[in-house]
Amino acid sequence: MRQTYANVTHKMKRKSVCAVETAAQMIFTVCAFFAVIAVASITLYMIASGVPALWKVGVREILFSTVWRPTAEEPSFGILYIILTSIVGTASAILLGVPIALLTAVFLAEVAPRRLAAVVKPAVELLAGIPSVIYGLLGIMILNPLMYKWEQAIFRGSETHQFTGGANLLSAVIVLAIMILPTVINISESSLRALPPQLKASSLALGASHVQTIFRVLIPAAKPGIVTAIVLGVGRAIGEAMAISLVSGSSVNLPLPFSSVRFLTTAIVSEMGYASGTHRQVLFTIGLVLFAFIMIVNVLLSAVLKKGESGHE
Amino acid sequence: MNRKWKDGLLLGLIYLAAAFSVLLLAGILGYVFARGISAISLSFLTTVTSALKGTTGIAGNIVNTLYMIALTLLIATPVGIGSAIWLNEYAGKSRWVRLIEFTTETLAGIPSIIYGLFGMVFFGTVLHFGYSILTGAFTLTLMILPLITRNTQEALRAVPDAYRTGAIGMGAARWYMIRTILLPSAMPGIVTGVILAVGRIVGESAALLFTAGSGYLLPKPGTGFLHKILESGGTLAIQLYLSMSKAQYDVAFGIAVVLLGIVLLINLTTRLLTGRTDAASRG
Amino acid sequence: MDNIKIKTEKLNLYYGGNHALRDIDMSIRANAVTAFIGPSGCGKSTFLKTLNRMNDLIDSVKIEGRVLLDGEDIYAPKVDTTLLRKRVGMVFQQPNPFPMSIYDNIAYGPRIHGIRKRAELDGIVERSLRGAAIWNEVKDRLHKPALGLSGGQQQRLCIARALAVEPEVLLMDEPTSALDPISTLKVEELMGELKKDYTVVVVTHNMQQAARVSDDAAFFLVGEVIEFDSTINLFSRPRDKRTEDYITGRFG
Repeated sequence: MRQTYANVTHKMKRKSVCAVETAAQMIFTVCAFFAVIAVASITLYMIASGVPALWKVGVREILFSTVWRPTAEEPSFGILYIILTSIVGTASAILLGVPIALLTAVFLAEVAPRRLAAVVKPAVELLAGIPSVIYGLLGIMILNPLMYKWEQAIFRGSETHQFTGGANLLSAVIVLAIMILPTVINISESSLRALPPQLKASSLALGASHVQTIFRVLIPAAKPGIVTAIVLGVGRAIGEAMAISLVSGSSVNLPLPFSSVRFLTTAIVSEMGYASGTHRQVLFTIGLVLFAFIMIVNVLLSAVLKKGESGHE
Repeated sequence: MNRKWKDGLLLGLIYLAAAFSVLLLAGILGYVFARGISAISLSFLTTVTSALKGTTGIAGNIVNTLYMIALTLLIATPVGIGSAIWLNEYAGKSRWVRLIEFTTETLAGIPSIIYGLFGMVFFGTVLHFGYSILTGAFTLTLMILPLITRNTQEALRAVPDAYRTGAIGMGAARWYMIRTILLPSAMPGIVTGVILAVGRIVGESAALLFTAGSGYLLPKPGTGFLHKILESGGTLAIQLYLSMSKAQYDVAFGIAVVLLGIVLLINLTTRLLTGRTDAASRG
Repeated sequence: MDNIKIKTEKLNLYYGGNHALRDIDMSIRANAVTAFIGPSGCGKSTFLKTLNRMNDLIDSVKIEGRVLLDGEDIYAPKVDTTLLRKRVGMVFQQPNPFPMSIYDNIAYGPRIHGIRKRAELDGIVERSLRGAAIWNEVKDRLHKPALGLSGGQQQRLCIARALAVEPEVLLMDEPTSALDPISTLKVEELMGELKKDYTVVVVTHNMQQAARVSDDAAFFLVGEVIEFDSTINLFSRPRDKRTEDYITGRFG
């Protein structure tokens, strides 16, 4: 009698263990799919809120016109200059930042004595942690006055140049270049470190110097990782808003170094607060364009990663 | 000789690039602290800006930031850890893993301003939470989720398989094994992820500008937690942005000092945590 | 006595506190194949690497004594290691082509040493690949990635790459241990060819291989050279009991 009783409680206990186990698995599955749901709904809502303006105003009027007068009596919503600014600004920031980042990565992975690496590496990590608003604040306080001086020197007596007080594309490019440094440094460094050590040994055994080995064997061999780093840097630069929203000026212009410009991101930041009606809808279209750019970057990235994987086999 | 000259030049450039990062950081820290430290005072930290009382302070923003951190982590940490557990311990070779990892990567790559737009429309308008700390926290949850998931995944991967087979071999059920063996061993990695997430929350501005709003007042005494989170609340980073767009640079630098202090603290903590696990895995 | 290419005098090497090579005196003949044999960890590879200063890459290594290449000490302070390594080439255990084309792999060394002219490089590439007995297999795909070759081909490519800088000495560190038997045979035949023009030093833990390919052989044990003699003598009439035990397979 007693034994069956024990048996029954044992079974009940087993059953409740099973229930807990099943529940746990279900909960974790739901958690895992959270990311999928999030990306799906973000995509959905970005499209749903960005497309209406394209219907209303017209695809050509928005994407291929350069006149941005959203609040005029006869408003015009051309964002071509804004798109161009984001492309040109990001490309320039990459051109400026990647060489510095790559050399720093080489320093950390190959050249640095342990003590110096112990200073540089944490510095890079800290740079990554500094909030973008602080980069923006320093841009306003340091870069813009400097740019204004240059502007005054270069365009002295110019009739056509619109003076910006230093809030221009060049300032924004410098801020962006600095902000992508940590990303590009970290990923390039780890891809350099992941190289098989024999590669370096066999280059040295052929009589190559250390520096020749770095530039002719190691960097080419680490190319997939470095490309990944650059693509992530592009993503970071094209999506940055707060650091450059005040630094880059506030009018929509062709992206020239000393012109006040609007990026896709800064247009949203500076106008969403007061925009209404069609203007507001077009701002969402700008968001959709930015989102499309980022999705392209993401697809590129997974293509690069896939290629890198198959290359290693 | 030519080669030596060229090597020397390149080596010089490498050192120069490395020095740039260090000098840049030193410059940023030096400049911000030099300009901002004078703004820091007891009243700056404990009062609210008020023309009536003639005070300038960020107490309300500090409270908002704490609310934001607590609320975001409350939602994001369980989901992120749960997702990592499923990916690492349950999914096996399921084809869903690729999709989930791809979307997690995608979330990590989406710029915060896009999160801001989505949060404003979805949590603010569709779900009627308006400009509130809750809307902000939901938005930030999406943003920091990849950070927590990835760190937890890495920490779980680092746990030796022998622990798993050992526990399962003794008849432990899977969740029991995860709860008693895996999670404790992975804890330093998970905590590191959470602390990094705190850093992102504290520094974030673009995703909050149009979701959490810019309220800077202290919670009214006697109203509950729930009441506060449904009100507009600007974090420190938001207040910094608003101050600098109004050219109130003294306040801006004061907040910048506080933010950098937090960043340094977070960096130090994660360094201690990961340093310890590195040493443990090496030894 | 034949022409001596490399001579070491009282060579001692320390890894941190570990005394890894003890008082090694050895004369390596030019235009001969010299083999180093011995159980794992006996110091044969470490000794090989002292001959072109590849041990310099490791921080904690300290070396005493002299290594004379054509009578000049390669550890003298003025020696340029890049020029030394051009004269004393090396082939590693794992085939390790650079991730670039076959042509660029071979041309890498010459380019490093300042040869830029296309025609000249073409000549070197062909000569080196022929020298390593792989020309016929790759001549139609010189500009394809080297990593697409088989393991055995990759190793001969690495030999060709080492030949391209026209070394005087070729050090080979267990060059066939990662290869299949047929590729191994090809590389062994190649060693016989190479000694006509180069001084070849090979580390192997395969005693049959040492017996087949080498003219002289040294038996290493725990950082010491126990016996160094012509291969015929070492294998047929070992003077030391330990050598005999090793080559008859009693340990190792």
